[in-house]
Parts: sequence; C-alpha cells; structure tokens
Amino acid sequence: MFDQPRDTPLPALPGVGYKPQHYADIIKDADPVGWLEIHAENYMGDGGRPIAQLRHLAERFPISVHGVGLSIGSEGDLDPDHLARLKHLVDWLNPASFSEHLAWSTHDSHFLNDLLPLPYTETTLAKVASHITQVQDTLGRQMLLENPSSYLAFAESTYSEPDFLREIVARTGCGLLLDVNNVFVSATNLKTSPQAYIDAFPVDAVGEIHLGGHDEDQDETGAPLLIDSHGKAVVDPVWALLDYTLARTGPKPLLIEWDNDVPDWATLADEAKRAAKALDGVAA
Amino acid sequence: MNVTQAAFRAGLFDPELPAPNGLQNPDGAQASKRFDVYRNNVAVGLSDALEAAFPVIRKLVGDNFFRAMAGVYLRKHPPKSPLMMFYGQAMPQFLRRFGPAQSLPYLPDIALLELAMRRAYHAADAGSVDPQSLGALAPDALLASRLRFAPAVQVLKSGYPIHAIYRANTTADAPKPVMKPENVLITRAGFDPQIHLLDQAATTCIAALKDGATLGETLVDDRLDLGATLALLLGQSAITSIY
Repeated sequence: MFDQPRDTPLPALPGVGYKPQHYADIIKDADPVGWLEIHAENYMGDGGRPIAQLRHLAERFPISVHGVGLSIGSEGDLDPDHLARLKHLVDWLNPASFSEHLAWSTHDSHFLNDLLPLPYTETTLAKVASHITQVQDTLGRQMLLENPSSYLAFAESTYSEPDFLREIVARTGCGLLLDVNNVFVSATNLKTSPQAYIDAFPVDAVGEIHLGGHDEDQDETGAPLLIDSHGKAVVDPVWALLDYTLARTGPKPLLIEWDNDVPDWATLADEAKRAAKALDGVAA
Repeated sequence: MNVTQAAFRAGLFDPELPAPNGLQNPDGAQASKRFDVYRNNVAVGLSDALEAAFPVIRKLVGDNFFRAMAGVYLRKHPPKSPLMMFYGQAMPQFLRRFGPAQSLPYLPDIALLELAMRRAYHAADAGSVDPQSLGALAPDALLASRLRFAPAVQVLKSGYPIHAIYRANTTADAPKPVMKPENVLITRAGFDPQIHLLDQAATTCIAALKDGATLGETLVDDRLDLGATLALLLGQSAITSIY
C-alpha cells in the first residue's frame, strides 16, 4: 500500500505544507507540487478524517513529516511519550523525510506551543547533539534539523549559528533543513548578512529548503523586526536569497510554508510554480 | 549572564517581568520588545488553539470575552502535551470557578460536550456490527448479549439543555433552547461526530451497556424503548460487536 520506501528521499521539486482545506484540490490536480509536508503533531490522534486523509495522500505523494513539538533544544530530557508517538507515526507512514527544529518548546512538562531560542554554547551543543542521537536511534533513520528565526541574541553564545549546526552535523550525522526565510528574518533582526550566513552554512548537509512569508515590525529603537508568521506570500528579497542559496546547494526539495491566513489552492500553487522556476534555473 | 529556560518561560507568562538578563538587541542593549515577540506568539498560539477547540463556548460568550478568558486559562493551565488538538481538557473545571462566567451556569457542560466531540473526531476508526447478526439472535440469546462500542461513542448527562444549546449555535434555524435537563449520545458513523438527544431511559440503558451490562439487565425502566435505542446505535455504527 505504501510505495515510498525509506531510502527514497524527497524529490528536488516544490512541495507545500498540507492543509486539510486543500485536500480536494490536491487530489484533483497538484501540479507543480511534487510532495507534501505535514506537521507530525496533527496526525497523532487515533483515527478519523486526519489519519484517513494522510493515508490517502501518502499513496500519491512523498510525505515529509515535520515535527513542531519535540523540543530538541530543551535543557531537560526529551518527552519519552512524545518520542514514542512520533515513532508510531513514522513507523506506519514511513515518510520520505523527518525534520525538527533547533528550538525548545517544552519546559518542566509544560508545552509552550512556540519555537523558542537557545544560546549556542558547548553546553547546548552537547545537549542538542545527544537529543538528536536519541531521536535518530529511536526512529531508526536520519533526521533533518531546521535553523530557527531569531528575534534577539544571547550574550552567552560562543558559536555562530552555521558553526553550531556544522558541529551538530559532525557529531550526530543528521542532515539540515535550511529555511531561507528564517535566514533572512534572523539576519535582518540581528543586523548580519544573509548571504554571509549562506556562505558559512554547511550546505553539503542540506536535505530540504523551506520558504515562507513574514511580517514586518520595529523594535523599541525603530530597528526593523521581522516576524516569521507563515501568513503571507514569500517576499522578493527572500526569493533572491533562495537563488543565491540554490547556486550553492544545487536543486533541493523546496517547501512553501503557509500556515496562517491560509490562501486558496490556486494562490499556494502559484507560489509553488515560482519555486519550480527557481529550481529550473539551477544546475544539478 | 546565562538565561535558563525556567527564566525564559517565567517571562513569557508574566508580562510584568522584564525580559531575562542576557537577551540582547543587535546593538547589545537588553532586549525588550524582541522578547515580546515570543510572549505574543505563545499567548496567541494557545488562545487560537482554545478558539478552535471551543467554537460554541466562544459563540455563547462573544469574541472579546473569550479572548480575555483564554488569556487567564492559558496561564493557569498551559498545555501538558504537544498535541494541541487535545488542549483545553481543564476548561470545564476552569469555567465552574471562573467568576465572570457564573451567569452562564451551563458553560462547563457545553465545554464537556465540545471536548467529547473533539475526542470523537480523533477517535480510532472501528468497524460496525452487521445489524442482521442481532436480528438473527433468538430473544433469550439477544437479552443475554453484551455490546462493544466504537471508541468515538460517548454518553453525556447534563442538568442543562446541552443538545439544544449546541444545535442552536452550530445549525441554522435550530429552535431556541428551553431550560431543561438534556442528555446526549455522541457517535461517529463516518468522519463527522454526530450528537443525538437521549431520553432518561435510553441514557441509563446505553450507559449500562457501555459498562458491560447485558441487554436484559438494562430492561429496568418501563419507559425504555429498547428497539428504538438499538436502532439508533446500529444506524450510527456505534456497535462494533456483540458478545
């Protein structure tokens, strides 16, 4: 029934974050979308429509499972119950990819439902690496780790983010999910160069690229403050940064994330078409 | 200055606290509004999850009341699991004690109903028993039988008209609720949970069957229409097997 074996990676095509309101459109004609990403936590119920839709979609599309609740950046231990739920999902679905975030969301058994930042130090490096090893050992597969959006900096950090991620890859053998919008948001917010970030990024480990929309605000000093809202179209400077990134990485699976104020399928498919064009312009 | 996750979390939920020391703007100054981004994300994210979980409560109290109430709830009862689809389990008990909601005493039972509908939506799929297999049993054998129910099936009893209130806030042209006790059965024949009004005799019967009573043991109330009750359960694919 499931003909997406574990060793078949995501194709270097546009994908979209799956939203149930697009189900009928996707079944009818998904062009140019070649794969779908789901949020793991939305498919951890016992049954009903969400699971039935996912089973049906998985027969037609490679699926990327994207976790938002594992809290890999926690100071404390991973939640064993949640890891078991994740293993159950990954075991029956056998997705083309599993990814999670360089962030924390659970503290003291309370889930905060946001991707919260961590400093980049020897201590956090060791903790994150041990969590990733635990996840990969439990799932029996490699995972991809996504770079976060940053709104502020930690005085205690001793690693740059690309260096931190490179060291994580070296210690765990995980791959990376490079979110180009997050790079743009973080660089703007922290007044650094997004191109320099891409130049320093361990691109050999990249297994997937994310693109999404952001909101614009200002901090108390009037400096630009971009918010990673996933609520609108990808802006031109991020598309330009994507071209810059693809020139280094080569063609990669390219996801459009649009989680809030979700548009109709035609609008989302237009974003995917623009992603397809960006991929077309890249030498393999 | 090292920022612990305990300090970060405390700051998220208490807007009176300054951002933890060691969080900086790009110019090196102590972060303030930048920390508020996380505060806002957490509050809006949890509040949105509660809105999705309790659409009828929200309709009953209005958007502004609901947002304010959600702000109190999410600080008192932050989620204990990353499964946001099940966030809000403490809402009935919260509403029982939440002062500003005391003028609407039926709210806790509506919250119980909305939680039950959500549980039914995500419950495991189940095959249903062939109605013929019940009809084929001799009367004695039928009365000695017990039923297994689909995981989505639930019975709720209330001193308030929960069926009428739920219908009036989810269905066009539903009649205005009349204040009286109502019990309901929740089923899920396909993917969409359904709510059915039960009389007292059917409520007692189905509750006993769910607890493992034989059909014969439920015949304690002369007002019970066992045929109609079984027809409802069979018609809604509520019974998975007889034994």
